Amino acid sequence: MGFLIDRNLYVPAIDAWIDPAEPKPRAIITHGHADHARSGHGSVLAIPDTIEIMKVRYGVDCAGRFEALDYRMPLEIDGMTVSFHPAGHILGSAQVLMEQGGQRAVVTGDYKRLRDRTAQPYEAVDCDLLVTEATFGLPVFQHPDPKFEIGRLLKSVEAQPERCHLVGSYALGKAQRVIALLRDAGWDKPIYLHGAMVRLCELYQALGVELGELLPATGMPKAEMMGQIVIAPPSAIRDRWSRRFPDPVVCQASGWMSVKQRARQALVELPLVISDHCDWGELNTSILECGAETVWVTHGREDALVYWCRQQGLDAEPLALPGLDDDGGEGGE
Amino acid sequence: MKQFADLLELLALTPSRLRKIEALKRYFTEVPDPDRGIALAVLTGEMDIRNVKPALLRETVLREVDETLFALSYDYVGDLGETIALIWPHKGEGELPSLSETVDLLNRTSKADLPKVMGGLLSQAAIHERWALVKLATGALRIGVSARLAKTALAEMSGVPLQDIEEVWHGLKPPYQNLFAWLEGKAARPDIDHAARFHPLMLSNPIEDRDFEKLEPKDFSAEWKWDGIRVQLVMGPNGVSMFSRTGDDIGGSFPDVVENAKGEAVLDGELLVGQDFDAKSFNDLQQRLNRKVASGKQMQELPAFVRVYDILFDGREDVRALGWEERRARLEKWFAANPQTRLDISEILPFADWEDLGRLRRMGADEHGHEGVMLKLRTAPYVPGRPKGFWFKWKRDPNVVDAVLMYAQRGHGKRSSYYSDYTFGVWKGNEIVPIGKAYFGFTDEELKQLDKWIRAHTTASFGPVREVKKELVFEVAFDSAQKSGRHKSGVALRFPRISRIRWDKPAQEAARLEDMDAFVG
Repeated sequence: MGFLIDRNLYVPAIDAWIDPAEPKPRAIITHGHADHARSGHGSVLAIPDTIEIMKVRYGVDCAGRFEALDYRMPLEIDGMTVSFHPAGHILGSAQVLMEQGGQRAVVTGDYKRLRDRTAQPYEAVDCDLLVTEATFGLPVFQHPDPKFEIGRLLKSVEAQPERCHLVGSYALGKAQRVIALLRDAGWDKPIYLHGAMVRLCELYQALGVELGELLPATGMPKAEMMGQIVIAPPSAIRDRWSRRFPDPVVCQASGWMSVKQRARQALVELPLVISDHCDWGELNTSILECGAETVWVTHGREDALVYWCRQQGLDAEPLALPGLDDDGGEGGE
Repeated sequence: MKQFADLLELLALTPSRLRKIEALKRYFTEVPDPDRGIALAVLTGEMDIRNVKPALLRETVLREVDETLFALSYDYVGDLGETIALIWPHKGEGELPSLSETVDLLNRTSKADLPKVMGGLLSQAAIHERWALVKLATGALRIGVSARLAKTALAEMSGVPLQDIEEVWHGLKPPYQNLFAWLEGKAARPDIDHAARFHPLMLSNPIEDRDFEKLEPKDFSAEWKWDGIRVQLVMGPNGVSMFSRTGDDIGGSFPDVVENAKGEAVLDGELLVGQDFDAKSFNDLQQRLNRKVASGKQMQELPAFVRVYDILFDGREDVRALGWEERRARLEKWFAANPQTRLDISEILPFADWEDLGRLRRMGADEHGHEGVMLKLRTAPYVPGRPKGFWFKWKRDPNVVDAVLMYAQRGHGKRSSYYSDYTFGVWKGNEIVPIGKAYFGFTDEELKQLDKWIRAHTTASFGPVREVKKELVFEVAFDSAQKSGRHKSGVALRFPRISRIRWDKPAQEAARLEDMDAFVG
């Protein structure tokens, strides 16, 4: 029996590619991270928020044409029904459901199940074929409650009022989530941003995500940054840029931070285990919940998840998608 | 247990020594007995939980986790203890017992019951507490905290000098309630048997050229500076212990010394290897130091001995307050009364004036590979620490070589935004092969310049490491060079440090590998 999509995430019935790494005439984009959304496609089908994100990141002309489709709205194309369902990963992130001839296939993109007010909450979608990510596809990944992690950050700020906390976060998704978590934990002082964060934070706010008062970090007198929190890309927090802050505490918000060896190698003083992906248990739950008999695993540590699926009696295999290096979805985290 | 877990994590991830000390002080102040004493024992390596070995933990985990998934995870994480801590599949709801109760529980449990008990504890722990629990149980901390750092925190916390703490330390046992009571002024200094334990060592200062004018040759005695490791022998009726300069008991690795030393005394000297007191190189000693248990073959080929240069206790009598000359007389008398097969006395070098001694120093370096000479003030008492004006080391001049910068790595802490750790090499034909690695030793201004140069000349990056164009020459000083199978160049340097940046020198004029042969001795 043939599947509705092939192993390169090409959908023959409608001649379209899902998250292609190369420019294609027709692309369906699950979310705005660079390893999923690239510029130069002929036409792009995506959630409106994702289209806005792509325009901010790559320019308004980054695709020949955009077609916006809301969550849960079926779209008929050449005899196939395509719809988007919330993936909970970042603002606008979606799973793609394709239906034809009684078959249902879902491509999850990146997804998470933990509550996050900066992203539309994940919904499980029944299907026969599930293409799932596996960024944290090892049982050593057990993400703690992000509220607990933010509490550790705030405790550290309180205990060291003479230092500035630099929180390394990816500019799209993680940064806004960390800010929202800080606000929800009661941090109402301004939060300072590295220049690379500004436009995406503004976009989130314009799209209705409350982030409170945000100020540029650059240009502030050093002394005034004592006791403040700065959000910056991971590459900046240990580099020259960080020298402008008083005795900075290097923090990083990432699921990888649960591995202390990694935190130490990255010279991170305060690791915050805050992830925008499912942990191992959540991946397992999601796979069982959707009822798929066939599971294709991509983006990450495929081996362990494929092995686990087979133990559950599912038909599973890893996908080797082009354009992803060995470290897989790490960029997206 | 929660506080201990937080402390361990902070110590593991904070690069700053000052902040580690602050955290330790806070912990020792806030946490009550006996938990703080148990933590102190864990940090100083004095805590031994006998039966929990990594293999047992693995067995515990494999009762709960699929073996293949465990193997894949271990492969990814790379550290067995951390893999176990992360992979344990039950999230903690309950409260862990206190640190001392946990240690007590693990020590009381029979080997057969340990997997079950360990599993129970892991299930009770919150995710971030499991790491501390595994570290505690296996004793393999590796978090960059030395026993000295922990004691420094005790000294700062109480205002009691570190020396005084070191002085009593080796007579104390966990959970150190009497120590804390003393430090907090609630009890007298713990009463311990002074002759039968480690005593902090007296250290020397490097001598500077200008010092010689102020010093009278006749006030000093000279000896070779031996290239081994400093040890203290504590010899009593109950046997002989041998301590390193930090107070670690290393006698177990050198049974050839401790089993053959006879008499009652506390002696200070240098541990060396070689037949019939003929000292071989430090490289040879290293082979013995790397082994926890010495093999018969090793002990035969590289027998260890101690070259003694001072006496702290003559029998049970504390002679540290006596002048060096009187102690030396005591030492010679003691040797006459207690014949030894693995101990000898460091010879005195007669000399007329500083020039004369300088000649001796050069000859010793050239002909026998001695590290230099030691000068000891004849009237100086034995004072722990590094008192000024009593003992001097006059090292031979370092060797230098012009090498080419190959790789640069970011530093830690304050230096984490600078490339301050360098790998350099010399020419081998048309390629450059690495001969060593050294940290930054320049002024801040030079560091900035160098950092800028590295960023502008990067050819490739690997994580925190940058490969640079092979254009910049360093003058590298080092104490000695040895043949080494571990390095591509076949040469390893001892104590390399970068003495100058040669902005002016073209890389083509840097040293060649053949030039290094002259230093390998």
